[in-house]
Amino acid sequence: MPEPSVSADWRDRIFAPLKAADIRQVGYVPDAGHSRLIELCRADPGIRAVSLTTEEEGIALAAGAWLGGQRSALLMQSSGVGNCINMLSLAKACRFPLTMLVTMRGEWAEFNPWQVAMGSKTQAALELMDVLVYRVEQEADAAETVAAALDIAFNGSLVTAVLLSQRLIGAKRWVK
Amino acid sequence: MSAGSNQPRLDRRAAIKVLLAERGDLLVVTGLGSTTYDAASVADDERNFYLWGAMGGAAMVGLGLAIARPDRPVLVVTGDGDTLMGLGALATVGVQSPPNLAIVVFDNGRYAETGMQPSHTDSAVDLVGVARSCGIDAVFDIVDEAGLAEFARRVQAKERTLFARVAIHADEPPRVLPPRDGVLLKNRFRRAIGVE
Repeated sequence: MPEPSVSADWRDRIFAPLKAADIRQVGYVPDAGHSRLIELCRADPGIRAVSLTTEEEGIALAAGAWLGGQRSALLMQSSGVGNCINMLSLAKACRFPLTMLVTMRGEWAEFNPWQVAMGSKTQAALELMDVLVYRVEQEADAAETVAAALDIAFNGSLVTAVLLSQRLIGAKRWVK
Repeated sequence: MSAGSNQPRLDRRAAIKVLLAERGDLLVVTGLGSTTYDAASVADDERNFYLWGAMGGAAMVGLGLAIARPDRPVLVVTGDGDTLMGLGALATVGVQSPPNLAIVVFDNGRYAETGMQPSHTDSAVDLVGVARSCGIDAVFDIVDEAGLAEFARRVQAKERTLFARVAIHADEPPRVLPPRDGVLLKNRFRRAIGVE
């Protein structure tokens, strides 16, 4: 496992809590904000990184992983949260534990108005399905919040989500 | 090739009996609706995880389970409706290709649970072709019990990801209802395989 230093970027530091929580399967739909974390997961021999065609696949993947005794986390962009809503009923009905790490779009200095519809309702949509939601605005809070969300999920058989704010990630630059 | 009405077809309850006859270490995930009743009609086994909802999710539950337990054969038995709703899952399975995962689709070309409305496989869609195109290279179109028995032996071998479409009659045998408490199903499954 790579040893993230204290001064490392938050993008590196949110990997350590996944390892500490013994996450063995990571489902993801790629997002620019998650690109570093996806790289770290793919490079780790102890983690099976599973690229998904749609985010809801990751809810079902996590259920199967848990049935087999492994812990799973799910990475997505905020637009993907809407795709998960019905499949979250699987986690809720069976109390499957899961932590979702969600990179936010459609909030801070968004260029693309099509992202705003889902981005502005991401937290509300998750909470409608009784997912516990934690937001990260400051870089210093990122790793600690991910660790806390994982603890609650796997200690209590609950679904938790960490929303990594667009201000933290930096608004996407469209004109380079 | 679509599921034409002149094609030979199996009785679904006979088909599930062949698949589960000598299950050994087999772990089973069923899709919501008829395939859950089918599996329960053989025996309610703690190593069956029945989906009572989560339509489109059966193959992915099987994938997560197969990755977590490479030592055990994992069989997903689901219907054409569940498969069509989560068609992308076949692409994800094709990429991962765990050798201990088998997906069987009982294809009657109908949504049996909701009044036998035709599904896409009744006319245009060939799930065997879809699975092959998704990179699952061991694919089977099964229309008789001998083919099914041979497939069941391949499942136990855990040599490659398997996909089979099984043509079944569009009928509704009497429902056999297993427990539907999700927490119970989860916990007893995990206990049965020693991870709880």
